[in-house]
Amino acid sequence: MTISSGASTDKAGHSVGPPLWLLAELTYRCPLQCPYCSNPLDFAQTEKELTTDEWVQVLRQGREMGAAQLGFSGGEPLVRPDLEELIAEARSLGYYTNLITSGLGLTEAKVNAFAAAGLDHIQVSFQASDPELNNAIAGSRKAFEQKLKMARAVKEAGYPMVLNFVVHRHNIHQMKDIMSLCERLDADFVELATCQYYGWALENREGLMPSKAQLERAEAEVNEYRAQLEASGCPMKLIFVTPDYYEERPKACMNGWGSLFLTVAPDGTALPCHSARLLPIEFPNVRDTHLKSVWYDSPGFNHYRGDAWMPEPCRSCDEKDKDFGGCRCQAYLLTGNADNADPVCSKSSYHDRILAARKAADHATVGIADLTYRNAENSRLFFKS
Amino acid sequence: MANVLRFRRGFRFQWEPAQQCHVLLYPEGMVKLNESAGAILQEVDGERSVAELVAVLEQKFPEAGALANDVCEFLEHACNQHWLEVS
Repeated sequence: MTISSGASTDKAGHSVGPPLWLLAELTYRCPLQCPYCSNPLDFAQTEKELTTDEWVQVLRQGREMGAAQLGFSGGEPLVRPDLEELIAEARSLGYYTNLITSGLGLTEAKVNAFAAAGLDHIQVSFQASDPELNNAIAGSRKAFEQKLKMARAVKEAGYPMVLNFVVHRHNIHQMKDIMSLCERLDADFVELATCQYYGWALENREGLMPSKAQLERAEAEVNEYRAQLEASGCPMKLIFVTPDYYEERPKACMNGWGSLFLTVAPDGTALPCHSARLLPIEFPNVRDTHLKSVWYDSPGFNHYRGDAWMPEPCRSCDEKDKDFGGCRCQAYLLTGNADNADPVCSKSSYHDRILAARKAADHATVGIADLTYRNAENSRLFFKS
Repeated sequence: MANVLRFRRGFRFQWEPAQQCHVLLYPEGMVKLNESAGAILQEVDGERSVAELVAVLEQKFPEAGALANDVCEFLEHACNQHWLEVS
């Protein structure tokens, strides 16, 4: 996701720009079981989903505040029978509407109906470049064929298409095949996103994280392919998101807390990013709070705005305006305190935990069958009592 | 100059009141446009040639003088970014 920002947050956190990106997680229900799913571990205990009318209110309030990009995501958003209605509403409000889907549950008729309702773009996720590996990771026997069919239908209907591959140690060797599959499917953008280790992916980190050698090889292959595409004038754009675990400085997570992104979870919980609900912070719910108040006034959204909250080494760091101390969720998951510097930073006193994960990636023997798959049964094991 | 340009499929140009500027929206992304970029892209309609587009802009902004070089340079950039394509 790229947005050249127009939002501004001053150092004291007083001036806050609008949320330009609204992510509507319509549901946590999904036919797939990917072991790196970004949904919470305890998704199965989530309260009732927002109704159509409640989503329409959220869309109107967000657009009024200035949100321009809208993602329909999940779970699998196609399981919501009101998706077409929500697309039509969103498009009429002036959003650029993105459907982020596994392709399961999609039909040619739906592809066309969504286009008529004004859907701007469809992103289809794949798990690998061949059916065997794809279906093993997705935990679904027919997924790959369906995805191919739907990718073709998306292009035939005239949409721009993003293909998304989550990259990890079990498919990173397929990079060339993946890119060539995308070119054959006439993708406009290809996201090669290495796992981010939250929730399910953190649970499975040792079985997912590529080794340094794997990563370097993949990077070289992507660069070579990119040069070929450019030389031939092919507009397909490759976006390779490398794992922050191999960096010495953290990512500027979400472009800063509460700076551009607003996620609304299936039960109406409003979050500064889709994994923030794992933090020990109270977040407002759109069922009882206007989105404007969620964004500008709620303690949850103001919690990490500005830099007054930062302890050392961030506080005196001359890069704090660049990376905002990294990711709060990662700091919390790896150090136990979300205020701490993201341990990806070599200045963090917990950086050894990142180094240990790198070392483990060189020797990991966890197979695909050994991963913890994202399904309701496994989710119930993570309920907090 | 004889080329007719149009927006690539999936690229949408619109005015954003909250940001007080034109933007170009595309899959999961957005470019904020400055005033001159906005003024140029506003005239891209898939029908007028680049030469006609320059003439329209020169008429609209007489104080700016000859615009062909600047407009062509920007349009070339927009084509290289695959925002626009020859129709």
